[in-house]
Amino acid sequence: MQPRTSDFTSSLSSIAQSAQRRTLNFVFLLAALALILAVHYDFLDDYIMTILMLMGINIIFAASLNLVNGYMGEFSCGHAGFMCVGAYVGSIVSLGFFTGRFFGASFFPPEFAPFLFPVVLLAATLVSAVFGLIVALPSFHTRDDYLAIITIAANFIIISIVVNIDAIGGSRGLQGMKRTMNAMRQVLDIPWMLVWVVICTVLCITVLYRLMTSTYGKGISAVCQNEVAAEIMGVNTNRVKTMAFMVSSGLAGLAGALYAHVYGYINATNFDILKSTEGLVMVYLGGMGSLSGVILAAIGFTLLVEMLRFILPAMNDFLHAFSLLPADYSLNQVWKWVIIPLILILLMQFRPEGFLGNKELTHVFPRLKRWIYFK
Amino acid sequence: MPLLEINGLTQRFGGLQALADFSIDIDEHDLVGLIGPNGAGKTTVFNLVSGFYRPTSGSIRFAGTPTLGLKPHRVTALGMARTFQNIRLWHDLTVLDNIRLAGYCSLGYSFLDAVLRTKRYKDAEQSIRTKSLEILEMMELGEFAQEYPKNLPYGLQRRVELARALATKPKLLLLDEPAAGLNSVDVDDLIRHIRWIYDEFRISIWMIEHQMKVVMSLCQHLMVVDFGRTIAKGTPLEIQSNPVVINAYLGDDVL
Repeated sequence: MQPRTSDFTSSLSSIAQSAQRRTLNFVFLLAALALILAVHYDFLDDYIMTILMLMGINIIFAASLNLVNGYMGEFSCGHAGFMCVGAYVGSIVSLGFFTGRFFGASFFPPEFAPFLFPVVLLAATLVSAVFGLIVALPSFHTRDDYLAIITIAANFIIISIVVNIDAIGGSRGLQGMKRTMNAMRQVLDIPWMLVWVVICTVLCITVLYRLMTSTYGKGISAVCQNEVAAEIMGVNTNRVKTMAFMVSSGLAGLAGALYAHVYGYINATNFDILKSTEGLVMVYLGGMGSLSGVILAAIGFTLLVEMLRFILPAMNDFLHAFSLLPADYSLNQVWKWVIIPLILILLMQFRPEGFLGNKELTHVFPRLKRWIYFK
Repeated sequence: MPLLEINGLTQRFGGLQALADFSIDIDEHDLVGLIGPNGAGKTTVFNLVSGFYRPTSGSIRFAGTPTLGLKPHRVTALGMARTFQNIRLWHDLTVLDNIRLAGYCSLGYSFLDAVLRTKRYKDAEQSIRTKSLEILEMMELGEFAQEYPKNLPYGLQRRVELARALATKPKLLLLDEPAAGLNSVDVDDLIRHIRWIYDEFRISIWMIEHQMKVVMSLCQHLMVVDFGRTIAKGTPLEIQSNPVVINAYLGDDVL
């Protein structure tokens, strides 16, 4: 039993905590503003900006996969399929709205772009969420390996369908989304895409955080840890699975729509099993069922992939300088796909639960609890 | 009208007759025991009643509603909760979260409420939290609210499971061997807690139990099954001296 006085101190500390969290939100806001201003006044070049945006997209992609693979303990291997759906739906809506493509004439004048872009993102999210049902329905009866096979199949099916529809570019891919971006810049000349990516990333993290701290969302953990107990305690396990798969694939679709507009060009093969594997690497790197772990892993993974662009040529020169490689062979970027799986193998060998396991950053560094609170 | 009404319940698994023509009426505020040798079909009865299996034939009515074909979570929502022979807690959620999740079927808010943190969400979470802490206090588990069940001793894990079942606000509590694996001190605690739950909430309890101490000191009626058949019904004293029961437990040679 705790003494009565602790009520008072705990309420005091909770007030202090909420105040500190508010300052923290304020700091985040300032940081975001500073970032946008820095880009606007050319302190950051396009390359760094692209990496930042890629980071945001990877965070959304990995964190959404973590909902199914981490919190729910299923094994979805076809997450990029939903990203593909989101990318194409987002692009089609965007092109239909602001260029003459798909619907004859453009629906809206370009000045509307900044206000209608959320509609583009929302459409991509919702349609991808509906596609999430493809995986949710078989998951009622199957688990583990069998579900993994089904998700891979879903990934292939989605890509094959897209490649075979000529109206959306087929195997040539789809482009022209930069025009939407340019239309936004005509209204106000700020780095719009970075703004959208930052907003969506924060939104995605907030949604997942709020979901997983609510009793409603904890049903997902219950299904993972003991499905029989979940069902008997009144958790509608089928509905929980449907919800988790739909939220997960919807957010992946959001990541896809952002991706399409960052690069201005998409091709179905961008979202094949390799992309799904990247998602898996990020989730297992960060720790299954750890939101903060997956965010850190997504940031680290993006940086690593970018650094390999420089490291591999440097290593090539280095090895050639000491004649450790045959003269007619040079290390190329294909080696990226040797190094990344290698990381995965080493991780499974030495730390199979990932960097943070299913813990949050605040468990590892308790002093952070003054600033952020996870569970 | 009895709270639970089972008539002619039969379950076959392939050629095996797990349960034959099982009938029972459980009244409100009743404490009934179900005993029988290993493999007699006791847990099968519970799995049928809670909706995990569909019986080959027979009928079940709970609180006036036929529950045949209902999924387990629907049966729970009607007011039936159970514990398991082998403990089934969510080991990576805190004890408090385990209890909180028991309020899932009466949550009353949706996905959007959870994400937008509406007033409805906050009110519901607040009331669930308060009620869960209350139940933990009542079951003398208050100090373990933030522990993970996997770190608790076995006896406490059993008690957490009991508290979780209680948190669904049941009219009928099914306990599947609640004393299995407990030492004599834990068993005394368990008897005290079950008796307290029975008196305090005035609910019905139906338990499978092997330990005679538990059954004899708690149950008002007993039912004995063997090889899927009901072989005796009566008060604990009657059952204790019933030759058929002794036969089932100890074999033919004893008499």
